[in-house]
Amino acid sequence: MGGRSSLGPVVPFSGWLGGRGGSWRAVGRHWAPRSEDGKMAALGSPARTLRGLLRELRYMNEAMGRSYRDTAAYRYLVKAFRAHRVTSEKLCRAQHELHFQAATYLCLLRSIREHVALHQEFHGKGERSVEESAGLVGLKLPQQPGGKGWEP
Amino acid sequence: MWRSCLRLRHAGRRLLNPPRGALTASVRPGPNPLIPARAYAPPTERKRFYQNVSVAQGEGGFEINLDHRKLKTPQAKLFTVPSEALAIAVATEWDSQQDTIKSYAMHLTTLCNTSLDNPTQRNKDQLIRAAVKFLDTDTICYRVEEPATLVELQKNEWDPIIEWAEKRYDVEIGSSTSIMGPSIPARTQEVLVSHLASYNMWALQGIEFVATQLKSLVLTLGLMDLRLTVEQAVLLSRLEEEYQIQKWGNIEWAHDYELQELRARTAAGTLFVHLCSESTTVKHKLLQP
Repeated sequence: MGGRSSLGPVVPFSGWLGGRGGSWRAVGRHWAPRSEDGKMAALGSPARTLRGLLRELRYMNEAMGRSYRDTAAYRYLVKAFRAHRVTSEKLCRAQHELHFQAATYLCLLRSIREHVALHQEFHGKGERSVEESAGLVGLKLPQQPGGKGWEP
Repeated sequence: MWRSCLRLRHAGRRLLNPPRGALTASVRPGPNPLIPARAYAPPTERKRFYQNVSVAQGEGGFEINLDHRKLKTPQAKLFTVPSEALAIAVATEWDSQQDTIKSYAMHLTTLCNTSLDNPTQRNKDQLIRAAVKFLDTDTICYRVEEPATLVELQKNEWDPIIEWAEKRYDVEIGSSTSIMGPSIPARTQEVLVSHLASYNMWALQGIEFVATQLKSLVLTLGLMDLRLTVEQAVLLSRLEEEYQIQKWGNIEWAHDYELQELRARTAAGTLFVHLCSESTTVKHKLLQP
């Protein structure tokens, strides 16, 4: 699968991008390594995905002060994972599909959380008021004790 | 200037105030209550007006209840989804809104609304054609000629996916460095059109959505066939950007913001397609005595 990239020390994509919080794992320069049974090793283990999902649910519900175990999502996920665990086939396609969907949902929850956080921090504050803008350059607005006449 | 502006606004409000009982609030024009009167502030978002979100099963499928009210689409249709998992995911989206409702973060809800309302009123053929159109300018077929490291990176990361797609669908795709893009043979288009025709309307909305986000049909197919994870597909779609970020540095409020947004949308679209096109059956094996 693909030649080795001769990028040298410039682009250690594997190590760098692994630290970005994605759930895939890179081996060498290959981003979609396949294990012997042909499934994507990049998905990781189902237990890890489930743990990540429960963590995301916990974050979501902590802010609202209720337990994540009461949510419908928790019950559904636990039931689905438990149901698909018991299979005699190692190459069970349904199991792989479920794991893929779970990993996709985990990516969704994670990226939404990060996106909203970034939005709040950088894009959510609107324009500065006139007082703040003046304060940026060290000026202060004049005070008019009687108001400006035409203001209500 | 401010004085005349304010006078006009007050005059406008007086003129537009209808006699009582004549028109409903939604019809009356006037200053939008959602947008504050200052120069620019982000429009005040709708507050969360419900305590509990629950999923109920109705005749057409699964419905979402906000407190005791049924959720409706923007065109006031009843919000019904065919899959329970999808309904629970949408309910979780609504449940995760704290204080204000951030509709830009509710991608699954948006996708369901689009599928239910079909505001662009496209039929199946039009959707398929819109998706296959991306093949002509598919991101991973469009190659640069310099710098050499980027050329190599594109070759190493994109070629395997093209090979996989060519083998999986028995078509020719190829890549090109010309400005006109790759020339896709007609047979390839036919094969892919007939493959996409096997998905139902809802799944097609999702597929077209993901292809629009990733700007690549081949990557979308990779996601649908479980060849790529969402993070991988997004990375491959943004390959050149990631390359430039590595070279010149990362700007959190732009690069990370776009990355997370793209990941969220792609993940939502992919999950949507999978949940809309699956049917779960559990077969129990008899235990041998």
